[in-house]
Amino acid sequence: MDHITFLVAVVIVTALAFDFTNGFHDTANAMATSIATGALKPRTAVLVSGILNIVGAFLSTEVARTISGGIVDDTLVSPAMIFAGLVGAILWNLVTWLAGLPSSSSHALFGGLIGAVWVGAGSDGVHFDKVVEKVLIPAVASPVVAGVAALVATYLAYKLSARARQDSVTKGFRIGQIASASLVSLAHGTNDAQKTMGVVTLTLISAGALHHDAGPPVWVIGSAGVAIGLGTYLGGWRIIRTMGKGLAEIQSPQGFAAETASTTVILTSAHLGFALSTTQVASGSILGAGLGRRLAEVRWGVAGRMVLAWLITLPAAALVGGLAASVVKHGGNVGTAVIALVALAIAAVIVAASRRNPVRADNVNDHHEVTLSNPAPTNVGTAA
Amino acid sequence: MHVDWSALGKVAAVSLGVTVAVVVVFTFGVLGLSRAEAGNSGSAAGRSQAALCFLACAAVVAYGIYLIVPQFH
Repeated sequence: MDHITFLVAVVIVTALAFDFTNGFHDTANAMATSIATGALKPRTAVLVSGILNIVGAFLSTEVARTISGGIVDDTLVSPAMIFAGLVGAILWNLVTWLAGLPSSSSHALFGGLIGAVWVGAGSDGVHFDKVVEKVLIPAVASPVVAGVAALVATYLAYKLSARARQDSVTKGFRIGQIASASLVSLAHGTNDAQKTMGVVTLTLISAGALHHDAGPPVWVIGSAGVAIGLGTYLGGWRIIRTMGKGLAEIQSPQGFAAETASTTVILTSAHLGFALSTTQVASGSILGAGLGRRLAEVRWGVAGRMVLAWLITLPAAALVGGLAASVVKHGGNVGTAVIALVALAIAAVIVAASRRNPVRADNVNDHHEVTLSNPAPTNVGTAA
Repeated sequence: MHVDWSALGKVAAVSLGVTVAVVVVFTFGVLGLSRAEAGNSGSAAGRSQAALCFLACAAVVAYGIYLIVPQFH
């Protein structure tokens, strides 16, 4: 039983690593527009967001139950498959971060898991009807709903405030943005930290350490919350730039409308147990807010690239997850170690590549584009 | 395959309604604030309009947090 315990430990560490990438990938969802409009200083924004993520993680565990008992067959899943799935998710998160693309961490996670379980246990292990119901339909519906809500709200906000003193309006909405962005962070914590909790719980169930219908233990909730909070505090500045500056020119009333729409969509769906993507909701809101102000510039090229990334996120992560699963399946513990080392090496290459054209707290608002001076490392990441 | 359309519909309707309501009420609050800052005869009325609207928004936020925390209900 010793090697099972070791493997379970590796899986839990990998899950927390994924949670960390999820945090810095998704800081932008809550804080990008507040940073872009100057409602919050960049450093303050990520600190507030990180703390609220941790608080949010403790508030609700409804989605954590949905995932561990939903899209894959719990009885067929082994810790090795979960490990392979997480590797797929982490690598895809890093590649999209390098490109500054706000893709969905949730879809990366689901994709990785689906690929790994498919290779490891056959297609019977994947509940495709649940994938459609719990993942794909919310993925299509939620950005549209958030976008329409933000569009209508933005339009009305500008229409109503057209004759007021513009300095008062800007100031008022900036203060409102602090509140609405904080709520998005809180909702992000309740929604995304739960995904890691779900994965760790699934691991513990498959290792026989927890009962089949068990919820996440307190230490799982705590460590998942802290991992996502730390990741958020680190700040994914590349993605913050794309969402705050790249998609549209955002003013404070638009930022407030976008964040309010994101919060409501995330909170109502979390309440009903849908595991939707915070990233897609927030992007939909920002596009809606961009369209709601007449003459506001929406950069459709950036939006198009982002939607393309959404479409390939699940299959790409599934491919990497499936590849990793086949190595782990045939290589046993050695295979696991090899995959872990290869994943670490690729992660190091991606981080090194990001240093060539770094985006930081002090230059995040300077441009609206995230570029690489050398595109080669991206190819390494996708090829893995 | 079972898709819970009514739950999805509820999410859509509630999200649209709440977002628009909160932003409109908040905008009225900002308008009140703007009148108060203009400093003429409508100053006091503007301030109370702002206070009332922001209070309403705060109440919605509090209700949202209440919904999220299972321990509250």
